[in-house]
Amino acid sequence: MRLDHTDQQLINHFQRHLPVSERPYLDMARQLGISEQEVIERLQSLQSRDVVGRVGPVFEHSQAGASLLAAVAAPEDQMDLVAARINRAPGVNHNYAREHTYNLWFVMTAPDNELLEEHLDELEQELKLPMLRLPMVEGYHIDLGFDIDWEALL
Amino acid sequence: MSRFASADHLPANGSEPGTVSAWGLLRLRQQLEQGLPLVPRPYFALAERTGLSEQEVMNAITQWQNDGLIKRFGLVVKHRTLGYTANAMVVWNVPDGQVQALGQAMAGVPFITLCYQRPRRLPDWPYNLFCMIHGTNRERVLAQLDSLIADYNLQQIQHAVLFSNKAYRQRGGRYASHD
Repeated sequence: MRLDHTDQQLINHFQRHLPVSERPYLDMARQLGISEQEVIERLQSLQSRDVVGRVGPVFEHSQAGASLLAAVAAPEDQMDLVAARINRAPGVNHNYAREHTYNLWFVMTAPDNELLEEHLDELEQELKLPMLRLPMVEGYHIDLGFDIDWEALL
Repeated sequence: MSRFASADHLPANGSEPGTVSAWGLLRLRQQLEQGLPLVPRPYFALAERTGLSEQEVMNAITQWQNDGLIKRFGLVVKHRTLGYTANAMVVWNVPDGQVQALGQAMAGVPFITLCYQRPRRLPDWPYNLFCMIHGTNRERVLAQLDSLIADYNLQQIQHAVLFSNKAYRQRGGRYASHD
């Protein structure tokens, strides 16, 4: 999707530190040389076009609660069905098909490890598929924000 | 209970630590997981929904950022929509004694967007280092991977490239709120 220059500037400048002030969108507007109303409308538009998922915090998983990367090996012809079942389990926030024998990869979150394991046990029993549970041992680079290479998208 | 629900580390609004409502902070966290309201005074809107004051909301968010509980606060971009359609998870079987150094080195590579150490699950899964490369097409990602292998002498390290071909779900973590 092509974005205009102002949308690109919004993304370039505000992936990491949104102003924490009474009128944050006004502060952003002044930095970009547009009106507060336009900032709000552009953020709404970016969300409705599914370019921006939300405006807000990305929590540090290890401190915000429990989360775990897991993978299952689903039969190729049942991937959509298995993926839908995974999405129905509580706390699943990422779920991708990947090219491997373990072909569905998802992240499950829960308030604590005990609940997380419980939910994964239930899902594993329901799916009756081999499941890999891969907790993070150490994160070396975990900030999800990165600089967009707008040229490469042309 | 997680630290989010705890009020005792939050000196807010000049009041004594511990006076900010723990319940209000938990509500705030639940609300924030849905995103910041797109109204002129979003922190005031959050205050109304949580029973905190606007100042307490702002103090809490600032404090959580300083503590590292919020690792970033801003636009959460959906790269796939933008055209970053080639997303490869590259997994490596690195000798245990080298994994930390290699992970730290990879974290500094511009096109690597995530890098984690995870446990092996033998015999099915021998890989202990994960990195993510987001790119605009498969060829470009594979070229970046080739350069990574050459630059860090990884020719002898067993690896696998798992491109993702479909996102069934992609959203922020919800730890405090219910589905």
